[in-house]
Amino acid sequence: MALNLGKAGQAEMSAPAAIELKGISKAFGPVQANKDISIRVMPGTIHGIIGENGAGKSTLMSILYGFYKADAGEVFIAGKKTEIPDSQAAIAAGIGMVFQHFKLVENFTVLENVVLGAETGARLMPSLAQARKLLTELAAEYDLKVDPDAKIEDLGVGMQQRVEILKALYRKADILILDEPTGVLTPSEADHLFRILKGLRDEGKTIVLITHKLREIMDVTDTVSVMRRGEMTNTVKTAQTNPAELAEMMVGRKVLLRVEKTPATPYAKVLEIENLSVKDEDGVERLKGINLDVRGGEIVGIAGVAGNGQSELLEVLGGYQKATGTVRINGEEIDLTGRNSDGRTRREKGIAHVPEDRHREGLVLDFFAWENVIFGYHNADEYQKSKWLMDNKAIKAETAAKMERFDVRPPIPSLTAKNFSGGNQQKIVLAREMERDPELLLVGQPTRGVDIGAIEFIHQQIVALRDRGKAILLVSVELDEIMGLADRIVVMFDGQIMGERQSGQTDEKELGMLMAGITEPAAPSLPPMRQGAPETWT
Amino acid sequence: MDVIPKWADALLIPLLSILLSFFISALVILAIGEDPIQAFKLMIDGTFGRSEGFGFMLFYATNFIFTGLAVAIAFHARLFNIGGEGQATLGGLGVALVCLSVPWPHWALALPFAIIGGALFGALWALIPAYLQAKRGSHIVITTIMFNFIASALLVYLLVEVLKPEGSMDPATARFAEGTNLPRMSDMLGVIGIEFSSAPPVNITFFLALLACFLFWVLIWRTRLGYEIRAYGQSESAAEYAGISPTKIIIIAMLISGALAGCMAINSVMATERLVLNSVEGAGFIGIAVALMGRSHPFGVVLAALMFGFLVQGGAEIDFWTDIPRELIVVIQALVILFTGALDNMVRMPLEKLFLMFRRKGPQS
Repeated sequence: MALNLGKAGQAEMSAPAAIELKGISKAFGPVQANKDISIRVMPGTIHGIIGENGAGKSTLMSILYGFYKADAGEVFIAGKKTEIPDSQAAIAAGIGMVFQHFKLVENFTVLENVVLGAETGARLMPSLAQARKLLTELAAEYDLKVDPDAKIEDLGVGMQQRVEILKALYRKADILILDEPTGVLTPSEADHLFRILKGLRDEGKTIVLITHKLREIMDVTDTVSVMRRGEMTNTVKTAQTNPAELAEMMVGRKVLLRVEKTPATPYAKVLEIENLSVKDEDGVERLKGINLDVRGGEIVGIAGVAGNGQSELLEVLGGYQKATGTVRINGEEIDLTGRNSDGRTRREKGIAHVPEDRHREGLVLDFFAWENVIFGYHNADEYQKSKWLMDNKAIKAETAAKMERFDVRPPIPSLTAKNFSGGNQQKIVLAREMERDPELLLVGQPTRGVDIGAIEFIHQQIVALRDRGKAILLVSVELDEIMGLADRIVVMFDGQIMGERQSGQTDEKELGMLMAGITEPAAPSLPPMRQGAPETWT
Repeated sequence: MDVIPKWADALLIPLLSILLSFFISALVILAIGEDPIQAFKLMIDGTFGRSEGFGFMLFYATNFIFTGLAVAIAFHARLFNIGGEGQATLGGLGVALVCLSVPWPHWALALPFAIIGGALFGALWALIPAYLQAKRGSHIVITTIMFNFIASALLVYLLVEVLKPEGSMDPATARFAEGTNLPRMSDMLGVIGIEFSSAPPVNITFFLALLACFLFWVLIWRTRLGYEIRAYGQSESAAEYAGISPTKIIIIAMLISGALAGCMAINSVMATERLVLNSVEGAGFIGIAVALMGRSHPFGVVLAALMFGFLVQGGAEIDFWTDIPRELIVVIQALVILFTGALDNMVRMPLEKLFLMFRRKGPQS
């Protein structure tokens, strides 16, 4: 399918595109990240770019913003051929970028951050005064209210993102690129962001939205381009497509978007948590008296915006975070603070843990696959040849078998972990943690950075483990994943459990409220946009 | 995929670095008006031309293997042990105390106890910084540097005030008993009929060092402890997730590191037959370069130790036969360290590009 534009599209074709890329190619070593990419982004539209992780979306935008130099190809901005050797040139060409990880100075005020790098002279005061005036105007114009004197570190993520947008607008950006902007937002914050984006579009700005979430594409974009393995495969009008079709374009085959599972048949309680509290190094309470049970044969999903205590909960149960309170596994209390509160003891008690961050925790990236497949279980008898020596041969054989069963590609035990794709790395971790038939499986962000095809497989494996009667505690920031996979949903906010819902008897809106810390269901008079709430988060 | 094949990473890059440093050294020698070709010829002839020079090279290399392994094992746990010098100094004290305490009848009896003495003192000297790192978070680089100074001051005090024999003007211990004299290379090779100069002090410890290399390899790549040390070194967060105790790894890795550094004294102190001031002579620091150049692998450590042994022996030859000042040898050594350690990327980057170019022309396109 080539450019599949409707009548309106043909009319637009005659006007100069806001951005036009012609034949862009970029290789990193042997990896071809972008292959002969051509795309036209029309002015005054929201243009989505969707693709799996590693499809080359971010590389393409980095070329546009001057971070990378393309090996081949041309860039036209508003019909004019433009060289973009660095980000200064991109800004000069009217391009603003909002990164996934914000680039703000934490202990500067909003105003100082906005002005940073765009000061008008040697003296700061006139710049700041000028910026304050402009900021007020922008805030009024686009519904982008932020207190200019607030420090960044005191703002919630939603607010910080607005500062990033303001930064771009202050630099007179006509084209705004947003890279996975909703990853850190609650559903309601995301909705507000989309309202802002639509407002900006209606004022004539051009917006490029990079995401891997189909829902966002459907909700907010006018046109969508699909990338797969470094190539631009399709560009279609959003109104003329649907999520299933887009998913198929992304992966190259039909994909099951829903998790197929039967209703849970829970058995006895496997995990019992009573009054669990955690203080971090600075003495801040990260968990505030959590009470939670997980029974065998059920998946309990913990929903919440990242940073509200879910990670700490997993760390405590995984054995590398001290806590107070009581945790029982099959009725037996486990040590939370003493000598036996480590990962090794937890594994011996039948707790397996797929950590949230496989690069930081789940894998040793410079280890071979076979070394990673025993990681954490390396003290087990079957891996020892004698009292002192490990049985590397047996480990390699076992690894080959596990890689085969979990469809890890390529199935080479002596390949270094960092050389596998995200999905295959995750499969290595899952194979390690699930194949030992644990009593309780802790799963954090099982499909973060994993391609759609592998997501399907991973979800099936988790459901299969549940159906074998095991208890599963799932943490994910992807609400769709929680709603699709969990049998029971618990929402965490600010280190507390805000509420519990049966899966299928709740919706995104209700969960979104809970995620924002609003427990009162009777709050219809609540203004659609809550300025205050995000600031209380850290 | 890794950009550079393993063999190139392990051999080609160090080799190119050495060649580069030799080239710069040649320029320096030219600059002071001497003939670099002549100088290098002297170094090579003086080391490989006679068994005496060769023996001295092996003697120095033995020291460097031990200190190199000491730094290497700490590297595997991502600990930068700069304290090899101090740990070897204390190792020397341990060896000397063992040798002085008993009128040893035979070296075969003295050697095991000397190993224990050297290793124990070296390990204990490393234990304090290790504890401070593991429990108090004091950076090991800082503490081990400070412990080098403390070790040196402590030894001066002990030699001058405690261990010096009555009436002696020399800050050194008494001579060890005859029974502690280790068999020299000439004695051992003489048995199988090979003639070797008896002048250099190279002795059975050289083979002990090779044995240590083998045990090092087994420990790092074949045991659970080695697995845990490497895991901790590669990713502290992952190690904690897996239930590997950082405290345990830091303490054990540093104990082994200190013990290896201390074992250097078996070679140097027992060959001197008494403990003198500054018996380590910077070998602890050269160990850092040896470990870096040897990529923390025992085989690489042996090669790098031989290389530095050659530099020291060849340097002595230059000092003896030419007007090139001895300090220049230090400059050459420093250049080797600079190129192999600090300027690794200078050689690596162009080489990576080269390999990529070949690969792209190769099978995949």
